[in-house]
Amino acid sequence: MSSLSRVGAIAAKEFKQLSRDRMTFGMIVMIPLMQLILFGYAISTVVRNIPIAIVDNSGSAVARAITEQVRVTQVVEIVGHYATAAEAEAAIVAGTIRAALIFPENLTQRAAGGEPVAQWLVDGSDTMVSAAVLGLRTMPLHLEAGAPDGAYQATAPSFEVAVFFNPERRSEVNIVPGLSVIILTMTLVLFTAVGLVREREHGNLELLITTPIHPLELMVGKLVPYIFVGLIQIIIILGLGWLVFNVPLQGELHHLVAVILPFIAASLTLGLLLSTIAETQMQAMQMTFILLMLSILLSGFMFPFDAMPKTAQYIAEILPATHFMRLIRGVYLRGATAGQLLPDILWLLGFTGIMLTIATKRFHKSLD
Amino acid sequence: MTELAIRVRALSKHFGEVVAVDGVDLDIPAGQIYGFLGPNGSGKTTIIRMLCGLLTPSGGDVRVLGLQIPTQTDRLRSKIGYMTQKFSLYDDLTVQENMQFMGQIYGLPRKVARARIEELLERYALAPLRNRFASAMSGGQRQRLALAVATLHSPTLLFLDEPTSAVDPENRRDFWEKLFDLSEAGTTILVSTHYMDEAERCHHLAILETGHLRNQGTPQELLAQLDNRVVEIAGDNLRQVKERALRLPEVQSAAQQGVRLRVLLKRNTLDPTQYLREQLADQHLVLTHTRPSLEDVFVASTTGSKQQ
Repeated sequence: MSSLSRVGAIAAKEFKQLSRDRMTFGMIVMIPLMQLILFGYAISTVVRNIPIAIVDNSGSAVARAITEQVRVTQVVEIVGHYATAAEAEAAIVAGTIRAALIFPENLTQRAAGGEPVAQWLVDGSDTMVSAAVLGLRTMPLHLEAGAPDGAYQATAPSFEVAVFFNPERRSEVNIVPGLSVIILTMTLVLFTAVGLVREREHGNLELLITTPIHPLELMVGKLVPYIFVGLIQIIIILGLGWLVFNVPLQGELHHLVAVILPFIAASLTLGLLLSTIAETQMQAMQMTFILLMLSILLSGFMFPFDAMPKTAQYIAEILPATHFMRLIRGVYLRGATAGQLLPDILWLLGFTGIMLTIATKRFHKSLD
Repeated sequence: MTELAIRVRALSKHFGEVVAVDGVDLDIPAGQIYGFLGPNGSGKTTIIRMLCGLLTPSGGDVRVLGLQIPTQTDRLRSKIGYMTQKFSLYDDLTVQENMQFMGQIYGLPRKVARARIEELLERYALAPLRNRFASAMSGGQRQRLALAVATLHSPTLLFLDEPTSAVDPENRRDFWEKLFDLSEAGTTILVSTHYMDEAERCHHLAILETGHLRNQGTPQELLAQLDNRVVEIAGDNLRQVKERALRLPEVQSAAQQGVRLRVLLKRNTLDPTQYLREQLADQHLVLTHTRPSLEDVFVASTTGSKQQ
């Protein structure tokens, strides 16, 4: 009996502590809520609204009819028109579109002969996106307005498809750079989020803030070592990806470095901001965990960004991981240059500046 | 010395509903060792933190080394040294690394820092421990390191918050020798303590209780206030005698010390020994008029009501 009452005493104490620890209590409610909303609603595994462009070399009514039929599938969203296939390819490398539909000059003759009427150029660096476009390959087409369904009887598939960057559609190609985003988010944010809190818990901060040190000096000083930590980690991940999983770097090394450094800076300053909010190391870890979960689900690592509803996309745009996911897939898999991906790089740098400013403002040299 | 290192008027600090410091006035002369004596929760640490700009006062006027605090705190920081109650250097750095780190934080030129660190390693007997991790040091060693670091940039004003709480008596005596050396060299030292033997060594004392300043003066002045108010009683059944004594209107406190009972009277009576002898009316008791101690001063200053 006494053992039971001791168990009861412990349990009652745990409940009390739990209800007083607002952070943990919040997690208990927030995690299932977020998971449910993200998995059940925001993230649909049916891929829709993939941004594509049209290159119409035929200028025919047939091309416009086919374009319309492709559009109404809702699998793709036509975001642009280019004059040449080369321009469309460049847009795919830069990541502004995921695929392009190319109509040849001799479209009318090809249609009459039952040959594939057009060609898809597809970005294979996201396997779910390329799978969705590949699904369109055999879609039935009717080429004249008013004709009954299936009037066009192609002996071959409706479209030819050229998958760029990952023609075998191996998932490792997609996963390796994506994993580098997740691992860096996890470790870099955690290290810095815990950093200031640990100094506070150990009492070091009480002494430090009586010295002439400026908050910004303290902040930047705490970040610098972790830039190297981030670089070492990414060398390990991408090096293993290359050696073990045969995912080679398509772009130039200096462009890779140019996209990695802004992301490391953004993650570290974000961690620093969490560090000024958290009161204990445990809280810092909990906040990092929430951020990590959002990054895994929304950055495009698990589900294609383009297929998410607008609300989820807006949230995802705030996360540094989303921008870095685009950058590293661009440089690493599609051989893009930093210049082609400038908007995401600038966004990360801006994010870094804002985080550092807020963290420095939040950090007062006092114990109030 | 008439120059003031610290001048405080009507200083107060509230934490929500809790009043930690309430209307404290202080005049701390330069070059002296000034002690804050008070129990835990008396506001010692809070006052020290406000004086070095770590906490913003809720009210009052604070001038430290001629600077208005907290508005001019930035200019104060390089002039003060602070030894926190809890060891606040890095456990995972060695003695020398900790000193080098803090030297850089204070912006000492490399050469100056190197010479100063060597000097302090010698002065505080830390030279043999220079490569020892702070986590592997004894309480006394850590405290010497903390003092060495607090004086690294040669501050004119030192704040020491219960510096000897984790230190044995012998190390405590050595520590005070170092403080007198610093004081001799012109440093003003503000030290908080709840040890009477430490309080006795201060040039000047402020007695604090529940955020109020109860008494202040030199130890001699404070002791003089209690002349003729302390009586020692020897005899049997001292527990019962104590109960009876505490019921007397003129008795402020009574505390047993080994085989004797020490009784403090509320105010000067012409003959306290005679008063107690008559009131207790027990011929087996031996009553002696005795000299007051600092503990008596502390008790007399802090308790309005009777306590045991």
